[in-house]
Amino acid sequence: MERRREKAVETLFFLCALTAAALLLLIAAFLISSGLPAIQEIGLRNFLLGRIWDSANGEHPRFGILPLLLSSVYGAAGALVLGLPLGLLTALFLAKAAPRRLAAAIRALVRLLAGIPSVVCGLVGMTVLVPLLRERLDLPAGDGLLAAVVVLAVMVLPPVIEVSEDALAAVPRSYEEASLALGATEEETWLHVSLPAAGSGVAAAAALGAGRAVGEAMAVLMVAGNAANMPAPLRSVRLLTSGIAMELSYAAAGSLRQRALYSIALVLFVVILLINALLYFAQRGGRRPC
Amino acid sequence: MKKGRICLVFVLAALLMGCSGGGGETVELDGSTAMLPVMAVLGEAFEAREAGVRVNCSGSGSGAGIEGALSGRCDIGLSSRELTEEEYGRGAVGRVIALDGVAVVVHPDNPVRALTREALAAIFTGRVTRWTALGGGDHPVAVYGREAGSGTRTAFEAALGITDRCAYTNEYSATGDVLGNVAANPNAVGYASLSALDGAEAASLTVDGAACTLETVRSGEYPISRPFLLVTRADGAYSRAVEDFLRFAAGGEVEGYLAMAGAAAPGTEESHGTAA
Amino acid sequence: MLRRRIRSALARGLLWLGALAVAALLLSVAGYVCVRGLPGLSWQFLTGQESALRGTEGILPAVVNTLFVIMVSLAVVLPVGVGAAVYLTEYAGSRRLVGVIDFAAGVLSGIPSILYAMLGVLLFCDRLGLRRTLLAGSMTLAIMTLPTVLRTTRESLRAAPASYREGALGLGAGKWPMIRSVVLPASVDGVVTGCILAAGRVVGETAVLLYTAGLSTAMQDFSGLRAAARASGATLSTVLYVYAKERADFTAAFAVATVLLAVAALLNAAAAAAGRRLRRV
Repeated sequence: MERRREKAVETLFFLCALTAAALLLLIAAFLISSGLPAIQEIGLRNFLLGRIWDSANGEHPRFGILPLLLSSVYGAAGALVLGLPLGLLTALFLAKAAPRRLAAAIRALVRLLAGIPSVVCGLVGMTVLVPLLRERLDLPAGDGLLAAVVVLAVMVLPPVIEVSEDALAAVPRSYEEASLALGATEEETWLHVSLPAAGSGVAAAAALGAGRAVGEAMAVLMVAGNAANMPAPLRSVRLLTSGIAMELSYAAAGSLRQRALYSIALVLFVVILLINALLYFAQRGGRRPC
Repeated sequence: MKKGRICLVFVLAALLMGCSGGGGETVELDGSTAMLPVMAVLGEAFEAREAGVRVNCSGSGSGAGIEGALSGRCDIGLSSRELTEEEYGRGAVGRVIALDGVAVVVHPDNPVRALTREALAAIFTGRVTRWTALGGGDHPVAVYGREAGSGTRTAFEAALGITDRCAYTNEYSATGDVLGNVAANPNAVGYASLSALDGAEAASLTVDGAACTLETVRSGEYPISRPFLLVTRADGAYSRAVEDFLRFAAGGEVEGYLAMAGAAAPGTEESHGTAA
Repeated sequence: MLRRRIRSALARGLLWLGALAVAALLLSVAGYVCVRGLPGLSWQFLTGQESALRGTEGILPAVVNTLFVIMVSLAVVLPVGVGAAVYLTEYAGSRRLVGVIDFAAGVLSGIPSILYAMLGVLLFCDRLGLRRTLLAGSMTLAIMTLPTVLRTTRESLRAAPASYREGALGLGAGKWPMIRSVVLPASVDGVVTGCILAAGRVVGETAVLLYTAGLSTAMQDFSGLRAAARASGATLSTVLYVYAKERADFTAAFAVATVLLAVAALLNAAAAAAGRRLRRV
């Protein structure tokens, strides 16, 4: 009786644990089964390398996602170029140089920003940044890739700072003491010993930031202008995520347009998996004793 | 212990919900963002008349509303354009409840207040790129439009004969989004529902000499107009609340509410047909 | 030596500069939201309802909808997430299985919310016939927050001292009674932290709810289970989207943004408090 109950409880818990893996499989299966048919119909080459996305054109709908894909890649890369150095500096400051009180205050601020909804970032972007870019750069309109990059850079700061600060804090004290004992200054030690020793954590922070930036939909939808142009810094662009968001509720069930949206989702999923794989290897690299 | 706690959560949830079971009926509307001001008024008026019925409006776009009505995601789709042959073929039925003008809007500081249809077509297809050519200041034109699938976009492009040929600087996903962004950018020109202009900062232009008002839209003097449709499925089985709402919204007694929301009542010959 | 000193001082200056610039940037975003939002905030705005006929504004329905979504998604995700965490820390014999589930949870937490939105639309709204309802949104969010609950619960279960377990088992208790009486109580703080973090994600999520939960700003009927299952409307984050995008009403949008900022600060403080207790145990 007791044993049977033990067994039942264990099975129940096992099913719970299996749910996580099953959900991932479900999502993967759902994306592949609904994303592949349109790619086959359009042709992988035309789909990935086509330069025109005009899905609702009555006569000649075109389903090339190169502008969306490149805009996403440039957007995430730009966000990292801006956000990663700033984030690393901040993390180094928090982990090593900051007075305790100040560090606690900045940490609370970073956590607060990590917690606010992405629509709030989009709102500030569309009311402050977009008009500012238009006026300063004398553009027809301020919405575009640059605005998206800046908003995304602010949004990747919190995760980048948190993860890389953890990594820096985990660097064994003995490394730093050895460096200091050899006569290096504190600053030299942080830059030449602590930062390299936390390298895998920094890589993980970069991968996490990239994932965030590639996956963000709402904030980008509010500042990027959303015309499906080939990306240029000051031009209105549509990213993979905002491309889905723009048309998700429009596409007729079963139409090529709807299936093509699922194909975009599949591409986005693959990009995220690639970034996750990088993250995974970065973390594994970190566990190796150096 | 854990089971106890889960039970507690459910009991609390049930308590919070009052445990009475049943509850009132709902009418789910989804679609054109241009129709939201009108539907908000009609929905509230209907709720006041029929106790216990709730009318929920979501704005996602005309195409989305028609899809929602056909797939059953909502009860009634809101479309601010005529249905297509393909949509009729799939069993969509439309009831015209109002007429609406598509106003052309610019920033209030822009001196340009009148454009012809030819000029609009030239701007929106990207052949004219500076305001100087249109009697405005020396700055570039930012062409703001809606996303593909929007009823406003479809109606606007069709009225100017430039369907699928527009070169938009930016595309926005809602009526208010166009109005807000036009009001924030002195270079911008865009289009939006007349019924949404009330209280908006953007300035409306005359097109071919006609201002966009209820009267000019009703008389046909203003050249860019379209119907507001409630879309259902021909073979759909609807609750009594939904049927009542359809009758209420297409009936004569709502004219005052329509005017209040800034839309024109449809002509008599259209009000009972399906606009096929 | 002097050159090195100068370089070191410069490096330190750069660190201060970078960190203070980031802090100033984040502070100015938060400050800007508050400055633009506070004028629009009033007791009436927080506790009122919107009416097109009477011309009133108010976000009470969005507040209620947000609470409903948090409650329902937590009620679904909590048993599953805690159960999975218990299995992984207390039962799982195969390290490979643990690795696979860890990997799955990691990937799940990295999937963009717009993909969850698509899944929710197809699975819950269409296939399972929930239509666009708060319930459909809550179910989708339950899937999305599973990795969060799983992770925090596991961390706190791991922190429960092995001596407790051995003590209980040594007294002849079975495994399940041991878990129930020793492990779970010791992990309450972790579970609470998980709930707070999950609630934070739910409050901040827009994309999923935009497509699965409806955008009505009218007060919904929660007077019974059946009515609640049909309720459909905007939460705080989606109502912000509605104000900013559909109505270009930026006063109201910033007011809602200020409320969201306050909620985020509150949840952070709660999570920090729960985390402190966790560390003390």
